[in-house]
This record gives sequence, structure tokens and C-alpha cells, in this order.
Amino acid sequence: MKFNHELVEKNIGLMGILTVIAISIGGLVQITPLLFQKDTTEPVDGLIPYTALQTEGRDIYVREGCYNCHSQMIRPLRAETERYGHYSVAGESVWDHPFQWGSKRTGPDLARVGGRYSDKWHEVHLIDPRAVVPQSNMPGFPWLAENKLDGKLTGQKMEILRNLHKGGNKGQDLYTDEEIAGAQKAVEGKTEMQALIAYLQSLGHALK
Amino acid sequence: MSSFWSIWITVLTIVVIVGCFVLLRIVSKNNTGVEEGESMGHSFDGIEELNNPLPKWWSYLFYVTIVFGVIYLALYPGLGNFKGFLGWSSANQSIGTENGIAADSKAAVELATKEGRWVQYDQEVKRADEKFGPIFKAYAETPLDELVKNEEALKVGGRLFLQNCSQCHGSDARGSKGFPNLADGDWLWGGELAEIKTSIMNGRHGMMPPKGGLPIEDSEVKGLAEYITKLAGRDHDAALAAQGQGSFMKGCFACHGMDGSGNKLMGAPNLTNNIWLYGGSRGSIEQTIKNGRSGVMPAWKDVLGEEKVHVITAYVYSLSNK
Repeated sequence: MKFNHELVEKNIGLMGILTVIAISIGGLVQITPLLFQKDTTEPVDGLIPYTALQTEGRDIYVREGCYNCHSQMIRPLRAETERYGHYSVAGESVWDHPFQWGSKRTGPDLARVGGRYSDKWHEVHLIDPRAVVPQSNMPGFPWLAENKLDGKLTGQKMEILRNLHKGGNKGQDLYTDEEIAGAQKAVEGKTEMQALIAYLQSLGHALK
Repeated sequence: MSSFWSIWITVLTIVVIVGCFVLLRIVSKNNTGVEEGESMGHSFDGIEELNNPLPKWWSYLFYVTIVFGVIYLALYPGLGNFKGFLGWSSANQSIGTENGIAADSKAAVELATKEGRWVQYDQEVKRADEKFGPIFKAYAETPLDELVKNEEALKVGGRLFLQNCSQCHGSDARGSKGFPNLADGDWLWGGELAEIKTSIMNGRHGMMPPKGGLPIEDSEVKGLAEYITKLAGRDHDAALAAQGQGSFMKGCFACHGMDGSGNKLMGAPNLTNNIWLYGGSRGSIEQTIKNGRSGVMPAWKDVLGEEKVHVITAYVYSLSNK
């Protein structure tokens, strides 16, 4: 066959297809295999799916943009593990969509913040961080204590997560039908503050 | 990685490299049927396209890149499970020269792997443990009442306190509303060394139900607050306080003691020393009585471990026992 680049230059469709093939190779080599690795797709031992309230709390975490200043990714460096605990592994965030690893630390890493402070501390701190940490430059989130959840979508959120990871919790589904049916009741009337604190307190218990 | 994905990566990578080479060879030849330097036969606004070859510097650079890629993939890990002829990995790059075996040799990697110190992080931790381990061990073996006299240990404890405890108790350890002051000599759960250590290790949960869970009417709260003000030795309305004393005797004494001096077994605060965790104004006291309070100190034994808690205990004790 006589090679002629006119063929490519004058057939925009063909050029499009060839372009897609060319640029997808990097992804096929570097990304696709990761989607089938045990290390990156299976939960670590002891990982517990978020409860209804924690699920809502996670969404508030995302809504308020906490990830802009707080990472959830402890790197395998001793200086970090001394401060935050065991380094993060991929199996800890397999059920997070999207994951909250973050990319910038204006505030501290939160990957293992669960259980470090009391619920009351979180409440005081979220309303006015300077009430407990005078040097803090974190903004206050006082409205979280006033906004109430109605829980209308909580069950749906959990169901979607369950469907994304059928049998993903050591052969079990992430949630039972009863848990999904009871989701609205579990969060209805709770404040966004309670939900966010429940989420924060759940973080990072799988590894010590 | 399973062999399927290893082969997937290897084949795709090699196909792309070979493909680049072949493509470069093909386009380097004149396939157009037009002499080099001649017009391709079309012009746009008077600008003519000539049949010029690829610039030599560019195509040679491309060949160099391909050769570099092949050599790199032979030496370093890149093709699936193939580890590369150098045996290098990002994790073991910090293996040092030990026992006369050169740092970057295969033998060094083998030795390090055998000794379980090939991951950079593990090595870092090991090195730190070698340096700090004996120090903390020596502290842990020193009884607390001696450790509080060790200036160096107190400094270490102070650093650990700043890092882990100051978020609630403040960097000066003077606390804030709802978070106890650790420097004032007043203790909810006891100020002896062993008691402080237990508090840090296992955490505490201090809990007062609304109105102490007692049959106290809302109307009695004002008097009760007045009585508590009296216990604290402050100006008070004697008649109202006497009324409040009656309410106090309904059961408050069970935790706070007959004389209001508290009970460290339950973390019930001393009401007679005019030190207030939740505020000492009459309004705050009334609010505390009405709604109750709940204070949680998290347990630190799993996060910090006993050795560090030991040193922090000495520091916290030293704050109020100079």
C-alpha cells in the first residue's frame, strides 16, 4: 500500500479515530491494569461502610469543600506517620466516590482524625475554630448546626453505592435492604453538624 | 500483577515503540511522487506548500528518544512484572552501602530484601527507632515521679503535648470553655501521676444528665445556682442559696459530695474552688444544671502508645507541680 498522508489529512473522521487510538494508549497501559488489581479494588480488612448519617456527612464534607484545605492521604514518610498514624492505602478508599485524598494541606490531614477529638470539640471547632485553636485560619461553619437533614435522598445514595460494589464487602453487599429502607429515618431531623461529625469520627479506623 | 496484565502492558508498550520507529521510517521517505523541494501543487493565498523532508535534527532526536526508551525499559522496571536488569525500585533506592556491599548493586538489594529493610519507609522508621527508641525506652523505664525531674523528658513531653493535646487543651494547656485547664492544679479525675496517665491512656467520659437526673423543678434551678455560687465562696443571696441547698440535698451530693468538693471517681467537679469548666456566671451555671454536660477525653493508648503517654503524663503533671 502506498502510504499517503493525504488520506489522513482529508478524512477528518479517520484522523479522529487515529487520534483517539494514539492518545488512549497511555491510559490503556497505565490506568486500565489498575482497575483490575486486588490492591486498588478490594477493601482493607476492617473497613466499614458509612452509615446513613456518615453518608450524609461525607456529602457535606464535599459540599463545603473541606478537601480544598484538608487531605485524606497520609504518605509513607515517618514524619507523617508520627503525626497522623499509619500511612493511607488504596484499599481504604475503594468505596469513596469521589475519593477525598485532596492535594493540598492548609489544615492537617484528616485521614485518621476519627476518635482523636471528642464530638463536642468538633462542634465547637466547626462553629468557630478559634474558640479552641487561637492560631487557626480555618473558616467557621456555624450554619451546619442550624441546617436540618430531611434524608429524602439518603437511601438512594446508599443504594447507588451498593449497586456499584455488589458483594464488595467480602462477598456481602455494603448495605442490607433494611438499612437502606431505614436510612431516611436514621438521619431525618439530625443537623448537618451531627452528620459531618459522624463522618469525621468514622475516618481511618481500619489501620492503626 | 497477574501475568495477563503484565503481558498487556509489555505488548502495548513494545508495539507503540516499534510503531513509532516504523512510522518515522515511512514518513522519512518521499512517498509523494513529487521531487524534494518542488511544489506540492497547492497554494493558499499565494503561500505554496513545498515537499520538504522532515528536519534532520528533529528525526534524529526522535530516533534518540526511541533508543533511550528501549535502554531505559531494559534497565529499569516498566514492562509489566519485568524488574529491569538493574533491579532498581523506587522503594529500595535508599539502601546504603553495608558490610562492604556497594549500595547500588544487586547483592545489596538481595541482602536488604532478606533482612526485610528494602522499603524506604521501613528503613526510615528503623533508623528513627534506633535513634529515638532507646530514649523513649529509658523514659518508659523511669518511674513517673523521677521522670518529672528530667528536664529533657519534660521538653519532649511538651512537644508531644503541642502536637497531640493542644487542639483541645490549648498550647499553654490552659484549656477553654468545655476543655479543662491542665495548669491550674484542679483535677476532675485526679491529679496524681497514675491518675493522669490513666486519663490519657484510656480517655474519660464525664457526664452530668440534665438536673443530675434528679426530681428538680425548673423553678428550683435559680436557687440551686445561687447555692453553688455560695459554695464557691462568692457573693450570694443568702435566702435564695438556702432554698438552693434544699434542692442540692435532693441528690446532687451523690456525685459532688456533701460539701460540694466533687468526686474524682466520676469526674464530678469540685464546686467549692471557683474553677469552672463551663463558665462560672450564674447564667452558665443555670444552663449547666438545666441541660447537663457531657465531656469526652479520647483514649490515646492506641494512637500514641504507652511510651509516649508516659512522657506526656510527666509534662502535664509538671504544669501544676513546679
